Amino acid sequence: MALRVRFTHPLRSFVASAELTVSRGETLALVGPSGAGKTTTLRVVAGLLRPQSGTVTIGETVLLDTQRGHDVPPEQRRVGYLFQEYALFPHLDVFGNVRFGARDRSRVDDLLERFRIGHLARVRVNELSGGERQRVALARALARDPAVLLLDEPLSALDAHTRAGVRGELFGLLHSLALPTLLVTHDFEDAATLADRVGVISDGRILQLGSPMELVSVPVDPFVATLTGAMLLAGCVVGREDGLTEVALDNGFTAWSADSGVGRVHVAVYPWDVSLGPAVQGDSRLNHFTGAITSIAPIGNRVRVQVGPVVAEITGVSADRLELRPGAIATASFKATATRLFPADSGR
Amino acid sequence: MLVVTTGVALLFLVLPIVAVFLRVPLSDLLSALGSSAALDAIRVTAETIAFAMVLILVFGTPAAYWISSRRGAVRDVVVTLVELPLVLPPAVAGIGLLVAFGRAGLLGGTVDALGIDIAFTKVAVILAVTFVASPFFVRTAVAAFEAVDPTLPAAARTLGAGPGRVFFRVMLPLAKGGLGAGAALAFARGLGEFGATIMFAGSLQGVTQTLSLAIYEQFDVDLNVALAISALLIVVSAVVLLSVKLMTRWHSGSGSLILSAPSSRQRN
Repeated sequence: MALRVRFTHPLRSFVASAELTVSRGETLALVGPSGAGKTTTLRVVAGLLRPQSGTVTIGETVLLDTQRGHDVPPEQRRVGYLFQEYALFPHLDVFGNVRFGARDRSRVDDLLERFRIGHLARVRVNELSGGERQRVALARALARDPAVLLLDEPLSALDAHTRAGVRGELFGLLHSLALPTLLVTHDFEDAATLADRVGVISDGRILQLGSPMELVSVPVDPFVATLTGAMLLAGCVVGREDGLTEVALDNGFTAWSADSGVGRVHVAVYPWDVSLGPAVQGDSRLNHFTGAITSIAPIGNRVRVQVGPVVAEITGVSADRLELRPGAIATASFKATATRLFPADSGR
Repeated sequence: MLVVTTGVALLFLVLPIVAVFLRVPLSDLLSALGSSAALDAIRVTAETIAFAMVLILVFGTPAAYWISSRRGAVRDVVVTLVELPLVLPPAVAGIGLLVAFGRAGLLGGTVDALGIDIAFTKVAVILAVTFVASPFFVRTAVAAFEAVDPTLPAAARTLGAGPGRVFFRVMLPLAKGGLGAGAALAFARGLGEFGATIMFAGSLQGVTQTLSLAIYEQFDVDLNVALAISALLIVVSAVVLLSVKLMTRWHSGSGSLILSAPSSRQRN
């Protein structure tokens, strides 16, 4: 049973709208900055917000049709909602929280066992760790045997070291539940790991919807590019030769792109397409930025190194081999084919 | 310097309370409490305030819940109307009740036709107490409901709870500390009610003479009885104040009072 949502609803400074279909077993993530209208979509599906106009259906069941004045109240919709910060009932223990939504006791016992929280049944929720709270909230959301699952920032309340583990567990859970799942996050990496398709949302509008790979390889605008991790270098197109566009960057450097463009542009490049090492002169397929290293930040087994205006993401092994240290001179290089050009006035 | 001024202020506030207990021996106070005037007043007060509290809780709680769920002009008007008795001089409340519910009042004819006479009866005492005390409860109750995280009732609805179940299973338990504190404040205000009651209900011993009215009357008759009732009201007021403090602390704390120490779970 697929979930179909289509709505328009004015918010304080923009009109939020969306048109989405999430099929059975599919996870669709909405990614964007806070206040972009992501949670609005979840509230419309759950029935907590009645949009100015729109429809919500699960399979053949119509939950909302504003044109026909049809609006099923939230308590009659089969929707499992994991709230941001989880919204556990502080006056109930773990058992009481899961029991709240369940039809019978055996369902509660099954869920407590499935989420390995049986031993916490009689513990008050404010005594739980972040990871435990998340498992209780998931168990509670599933207690009513929902037909769709809504997850609002499921990982943002967790600290960094539990996050990766919980993300893996959540991925497994979503896979085994095989429900249409709508997930909302501000973190593209979370979206890319958990979701089959990702919609980038800004000011209430979905800018691009596609697989995580599609978004990274062909972002439609600079906003999507930066959200998926690209850096933007502002500059002006000054010429074109051998199928490459020459861009005079505002910072004094010159960049070459295989993409075409005119006038003021943003050159987008992903840090993992940038390498560090000795300069190779006279190769126009490569862009070179030589400068002092201003920062070195390890991320997992990779290292992000800032050289002048460019950030390079390289493996920890090569970082060790290059003996990088702040202040040292290095050359960052990336291919002209690894860049994309966006007109400077597109997006924001 | 600060210590001295604080000391003077404290002394000024505590002295009249202490004086009530020191004027005559404690045994005289206790025997004066056994006088018929005191016993009648205790009975009248207990009956009327119990009725008034039931009215305040039964009508005030849903009203407060409704107010807490509304925003905008309608809510502001309703809140102002509810708060009006709070700032109204009690004598004005008494006159108002009299011309509304009295025999020649606005609803006098209607009430008369039903064969009920309100003014100068226990019903009048109950109405007067309810009128002046209810704002204390409603105000505190609105704040208590508003203090509940709005995602909790939303979560309850997505878990299959209709509006009624949300109220009784989520809102009421989470607001109970504030509701209890509000009820205690209303109770204390009702206990001290004097002006509106004496105008609307009179001061008939055994019928409408509450403890506060009895103090005033016994002041001329038997000072010991007046002192004894005062002492009783001081004790009751102190207990109410203490319970408000405990309830608001309970409300703002994480759980029950006994469990508020973080290590208590491990010790058990």
